[in-house]
Parts: sequence; C-alpha cells; structure tokens
Amino acid sequence: MSTATIVKLPPQETASLPKRSYLNNEYGLKSWLLTGDHKRIAILYLISITFFFFIGGAMAGLIRLELLTPQSDLMATDTYNKVFTMHGIIMVFLFLVPSVPATIGNFVIPIMVGAKDLAFPKINLLSWYLYIAGGIFTLAALILGGVDTGWTFTTPLSTHYLNTHVITAGLAVFIAGFSSIFTGLNFIVTIHRMRAPGMTWFRLPLFVWSHYAASILMVLGTPVLAITLVLVILERTIGIGVFDPVKGGDPLLFQHLFWFYSHPAVYIMILPGMGVISEVISTFSRKRVFGYTAVAFSSVAIAVFGFFVWEHHMFIMGVSNYSALVFSLLTMLVAVPSAIKIFNWAATLYKGSITFETPMLYAFGFMGLFTIGGLTGVFLGSLGMDIHLTETYFIVAHFHFVMVGGMLMAFLAGIHFWWPKMTGRMYPEALSKLAALVTFIGFNLTFFPQFIVGYLGMPRRYAAYPPEFQVLNILSTAGATVLGVGYLLPMIYLTWSLKYGKIAGSNPWQATGLEWQIQSPPLTENFIETPIVDHEAYDYEWLAHKTEHEVQTVG
Amino acid sequence: MHFISPVLWQFLVNWLTHFALFPPEASGIAPYTDALYFFLVLISLVGMAIVTLLVVLFSVLYRKDRNPEATQIEGSTLLEATWTIIPLALFMVTFVWGALLYFRIYNPPTNAMNIYIVGKQWMWKAEHPGGQHEINALHIPINRPVQLTMISQDVFHSFSIPAFRVKREVIPGRYSTVWFEATKVGTYHLFCTQYCGTLHSGMIGQIVAMTPDDYQAWMAGTTSGASLSQNGERLFASFGCNSCHSGNADAHGPNLAQIYGGKVQMSNGSFVTVDDAFLRDSILNPTMHQVAGYAPIMPTYQGQISEEGLIDIVEYIKNLNSNYRIQQTLNTSQVQSTAPAATAAGQISGPGMVKP
Repeated sequence: MSTATIVKLPPQETASLPKRSYLNNEYGLKSWLLTGDHKRIAILYLISITFFFFIGGAMAGLIRLELLTPQSDLMATDTYNKVFTMHGIIMVFLFLVPSVPATIGNFVIPIMVGAKDLAFPKINLLSWYLYIAGGIFTLAALILGGVDTGWTFTTPLSTHYLNTHVITAGLAVFIAGFSSIFTGLNFIVTIHRMRAPGMTWFRLPLFVWSHYAASILMVLGTPVLAITLVLVILERTIGIGVFDPVKGGDPLLFQHLFWFYSHPAVYIMILPGMGVISEVISTFSRKRVFGYTAVAFSSVAIAVFGFFVWEHHMFIMGVSNYSALVFSLLTMLVAVPSAIKIFNWAATLYKGSITFETPMLYAFGFMGLFTIGGLTGVFLGSLGMDIHLTETYFIVAHFHFVMVGGMLMAFLAGIHFWWPKMTGRMYPEALSKLAALVTFIGFNLTFFPQFIVGYLGMPRRYAAYPPEFQVLNILSTAGATVLGVGYLLPMIYLTWSLKYGKIAGSNPWQATGLEWQIQSPPLTENFIETPIVDHEAYDYEWLAHKTEHEVQTVG
Repeated sequence: MHFISPVLWQFLVNWLTHFALFPPEASGIAPYTDALYFFLVLISLVGMAIVTLLVVLFSVLYRKDRNPEATQIEGSTLLEATWTIIPLALFMVTFVWGALLYFRIYNPPTNAMNIYIVGKQWMWKAEHPGGQHEINALHIPINRPVQLTMISQDVFHSFSIPAFRVKREVIPGRYSTVWFEATKVGTYHLFCTQYCGTLHSGMIGQIVAMTPDDYQAWMAGTTSGASLSQNGERLFASFGCNSCHSGNADAHGPNLAQIYGGKVQMSNGSFVTVDDAFLRDSILNPTMHQVAGYAPIMPTYQGQISEEGLIDIVEYIKNLNSNYRIQQTLNTSQVQSTAPAATAAGQISGPGMVKP
C-alpha cells in the first residue's frame, strides 16, 4: 500500500489547541445540558448513541452466543426473544436513525452551509432531551423485564398475546421519533434559509444534499410510525380493535402503516452515510465528486421512491398479486440511484491522487459491503425470489450488510474524518487502520455465512435451529467476536486521543469544505465573520490557491 | 487442527462432507426458483467484480505516489447514462422473471387437492378432507398438486417449506393459500418463519412426501372415522343452520346446495364469487355479506365456532350437492325438539340454533 499521505499537521513542538473554542467557552455540567450550540449538542448525541450502541451490541453478542449451539441452552426462548427485540429497537431507533445526522450532521451541517448554528437551537436541544427520554423508556422496558414483540411490534401478537412491557417500549419509540422529526425539521430550515452568501444549492457539499433528502423522510415518515404506535397502545389498553380481526379490524393494516415508515427509515439511516462517503472519497482522491448533480439528485430520488416501496415487506402476506407487481417494480427503480452513486464514487477515483487514510479505508469498506447489501436487496425485491428468501437469515444478512456494513462503516468513516475537527486532535493512524481492517474482516465473517444459511432455509428469530445449520452459525459467531474487537478499538484509541493525540490544526486532510477553513475545534459562533462563497464544492484548485495566498501573507 | 480442538475439528469435517449451498430441490417449482437465484448471484458477482476492479485498479494506478496531481473531471453524461441504463435493464429482467415466478407459485392449478392448515401458538394442525388430523406434520403424495388453505387462530404465522421453495403468511381472520407439487419422496423441514412469540422456534414440523400408494395406505391407516364434511354436516345441524338454509322455497336463508364456486348477487347489487373466504366471512359476519333477496336476520357466529369447525362447515358446503339430507335432518330434529323449541327459540332462530 502507498505510504504517501495528505495529512498536514502543524509543527507539534509549537502547536497547541486554540485558546478559545466551543469546548472551553463555558464550563460546568449546566453549560452542556442547557447549551444551544449545535456542536455541543452533537457531542451530547455522540456520547448517548455510543452508550446505546454498546448496549445493543451486547445484545447482539448474546444472540450470537445463544446461536452457537442448535438447542436453546444459554437462555430460555422468552429471554432470547427479548434480547433480539431490544437489540433491534436500540440499534434501529436509538443508534442507526440518529447516528450520522444527529452527531456528525448536527456538528458540521451549519458550518458547511456557513451558518453560526442551526435554525432552531432550542428545538435542537429539545430533540436531544426527547432522545434521552426515549432512551430512558427503552431502558425502563429493559430493566422492568423486557419486551418480546420484535422491533416490528407485529399485531395481533403485540396487542393481545404478550404480557411484557409493550406499552413502555412503544412509548420509547414514539418519543424518540419526535427527536428525529425535530432534527429533520431543523436541517430542512437551516439548509433552505441559512446558507452563507454565494452558497447556492449546487455549491453545497453532497453531505448536505443527502441530509436534506433524509430530513424530508424524517419529517414526513416518522409521524406515521407515531400514529401506528399510538394505535397499538390504544388497542392494548382500551381495545379499539383497528388491527383486531375479531372486531372487524385488519391486522394487515398494521403492516402497511408500520412499513410505510420503516421502509423509508432504511433510507433515513443510509442516506446520511452516503453523504459521508461522498466527502471522504472526494477528499482522499483530491477530486470533485464525479457527476455532482447526478449524486445530489440520486439522493432526492431515493427519498421520493423510498416512500412507494413499503409493500415489498409484505409480498407473502396475501396482498393482491397486482399490487405486489407495482411495488416490486418500484423497488427495482429505487435500486437504480444507489447503483449510480456507487459507480460515481468509483469514477471519482479515476485520475485522482489517492491516499489511504483511515476514513478512506472505511469508505472502501462501505462501497464493497453496501454493493452486496444493495444487490441482495434486488433478490428480495424480485417477487418470486422473495417467497423463498423472506423471513430467513438471508434477509437478516441483507439488512445487516446495508445497515452495519453500509451505515456503520460510513459512521466510522465520518467519525474518523471529522474527529480532528471535533476535538482538535488526531488519533493513532496505524491503530485506526488496523481497526478498519478488523471491522471489515469481522463483518464479512459474521454476515456472509448468513446468506448461505438463509438460502438453506433457516428462519430468523429462532432460538433453536436444526443441527445442520450449526457450522455456519459458528462461523457467524466467531465473526461477531472479531467484529466486537473492531468496534472496541476505536472506542479506546479515540478516547486516548482526547488527551494524547497530536494537534490536528484546522485542516489536516487538506479538505475543501467550509468546516475545514476554521479552527479545530471551532469557536462557539463557528465563523468570526460570515464567509462569502465564490467556488463550488470540492474545488481543490481554490484550496491550493488559498493556501498559497495564506503562506505569502503570513510568511 | 484436531489437536487444538477436537470438537471444532469434528464440526469442520462434518460440515465439509455435508456442505450445502442449497436446500434439496423437492418440488416442481424449486428448480425455477434456483434458476432465478443463479441468475441473481451471477449479476451480483459481475457487479461486485466491476466495482472491486474499478476501486482496486484506480487505487493502484492513481495513488498519490504515482499520480501526485489529480486531474479534475466534471462528470460524463454518457458514462452516467450507461451505468443507469444497464443496471435498470438488469433489474427489469429480474422484475419480470420474479413476477412470472410469483404468479406461478401463488396461482394454484384447478385440479389441486386441498388440505386445510390451522396455525396456532405454537403448532401446525393439518386437516385432510378425509378427516385425517395431524399436528406438526403434513403427509402428502408426490407428483400431485397440493393446495393448502391456511388460517391462523391467533397471531401471524408463516408456513415455510424451504425444500419446496414456498412460503406463505398464515393470517388470523382470513384464508391464505399456497400450492406445491412435491417431486421427491422424503422428509423435509416445515418452519414457522413469522415471529409468533415464546416458542416460535418450536413451531416446526415435518413434511412427509410419499409415493401415491404409500399415501393411500397412510390415509387409510390414519382416518378418524369422519371426514371433514361429515363433521361439517354435524355442526351444520347442531348450530341450526339447516332451519333457514333448508333449500325450501320459503326458506329464510339462501339455498346452499351447489353454491360453491358460483357467483351470487349481494343486496348492494354486486356479484361475489363464493369461495372459502366468502363462506367463512358470511358465517362470522353475516350482515356484511347479505345476499340479495333475503332479510338480514342471520346472527353472527363470531366466537362460537373454532377455525377447525369453520373449515368443517366450509368443506361441507363445498360438497353439498343437494338439500335432501338437510331436509332429512331437519325433519328428525324438529320431531325431537318440538317441546323446547316452542319456549326457547326466538322468532328468528330455529330450534337447533341454541348454543350447544
């Protein structure tokens, strides 16, 4: 591998963190808990989602341990059901949905558009408190004895046949949903109204475009989930019977409503990740993203088509054959913009000047794993194929390739990319490259065997399984162990870097975004004076010219 | 390896000797599903190879050591159109192929034999027309299309036979159907694949595909004495259905003989095909399924008849060719219960309609 690097750090003997920044502007717990600063809220989010990620991860570890043997022997089947339910609820609603938008997006979007903060700083803080309230309800459901509906809350199981804490868990998701709506609302208004002079729509970094698309999904989709959960809670408490066939209700209606949110939710999770990949690939190949407009509009296309494919979760549920046709067709169409993005990123590398810092390694990992995740999605979108594959481990493998292989890789790429900006310090490069490699290997070992065991027919959510599936499950559990190490490593060295990391300087990657033109960590008000934008996104000539100019005036 | 961990070694040996990428192909449809799967795996491999090749090739050719200065390229409409249209075309092929397969799997041939399946937490009950009952097992003949009419009596379940490549959700409150034609004698897995609570992973069973002769022998050896329609006839009389659906000219309810499979006109003027679902819904929710020309006097039987009972009655009506036996039963029961009927029965309910 190439040893060349673009990392430019200030001379370490003389360098120090800036005297004033958002981190030391004010002190004390109160200054954090009552802050309106988008950067501090981003840090609050980062700490909270990391906490929930490790709880959800521990649940995943328990699942994999149970599945080492064909019998249900580590825990009772009820416990297993609770564990995978909590894993799903925590990972989807408390980690994946807020992961990139609420942390990285919150931190960099206002700076990227040249604003001092988000449009509604107090709503931004409220959104974090709602997230925490949702988290507390989730923990309450967990501590009081758990919930075993599966993260999908399927009726009538969830409404009539379980005695666990369904209402607590439902409220948790309901409340956390509002946090997501507020984040989305804030982004939409900020991107529309608060761009700096000269920052036209087509000068926005693609990260902003993808967040704009995801925000639309958050604002329009999440209320439907909220309504659905309210109906489930009302059904449990006063028995209104909307989903109860005995009272003339329709249990399939629940599926329609739930997936009307939960399919777009997949794009809420993945679009911000795609934004990260655009930034990283451009920076480390020193090139404007190939076909900027196509990539920007493909985000919007994914958001629009994403709303019209939900029924592909229900192909075997006795929906009309002809409506299944329509939804299968639309599912095929939504795959196209994703393919465009992958090829455009690959083409961005062409004639670039490529270096292989840690964020770039994660981005390469994303491209490989997301491609597999996306292509296996085509398997599932194809009607006849879906019959055999749905509700098996094939689908588990598919969405983990997209969500973990895609989104989590993108999140880690983003965290490693913007870490110097957030903290002002670098992490140990060799160790972080190792972590990226370990994660990639562990991931493939964990989830690739699940495609095979899924095609063999192993159903998902089984605590016990026929013995012929054991070896593939052992491989998967072994992989999960490696993957666990891959996630613990960044946790350790990033914490270490807070005190001992090298001083990063304002622009260690020589990147073009506005956030890289200000000090690291930034001032509370981001910019001393409002920037005036006179160049396109990813204009490396502009950056070179600017750097030269600076050297002349300073030297 | 076996010095390090004998257990692991045994697994590996076991796995390598029984390594399978596919479940057995034991139904008529399985080769078709696998063909589409191969096609999809192939385009995935090609797609992956292209992406990997591009990334690796460019990483080698244009790494900073070799190419210190990047050349800025705006984009290329032609290239972008290429990688929009080619995937789109492949996805369209997949769509059409998948749709054809879906219609083949979910549209049963008319000559299929019918078996009823009732799913409940956490077992599968199969009811053969001849009255054979099975739990967590299903015996079927090979080389003959078999249709399953399935319903759940509690939550969502899903009936999955990986070796046949078929699966269908089993839904509370409505019939769903699936069909297959087994091609190989053997015993195959039956899984519930929709999460249904505590013992979801215990809701499994065996599909036993037998030669037609063995199947006949099994049928003869397992019969419980009464066929489904005989059970249905008994229920039909005991719920007093026969008092209104007697087939007489002045009857309160429509004539049910030979009604199955035809069309009836509803009181709102529309025409509806009489199938299993229609019959079931008419029993449970009669006011919503009012046949033209009759007064809405039928009471609901919601909560009074089990799903198995409903299946029996549906099966009975399906096979009802004449009203001769209804009238026979009616005459007998009227003679027997004249005394209580006079006091207990209201104006709309006949003597047999009193709850058993």
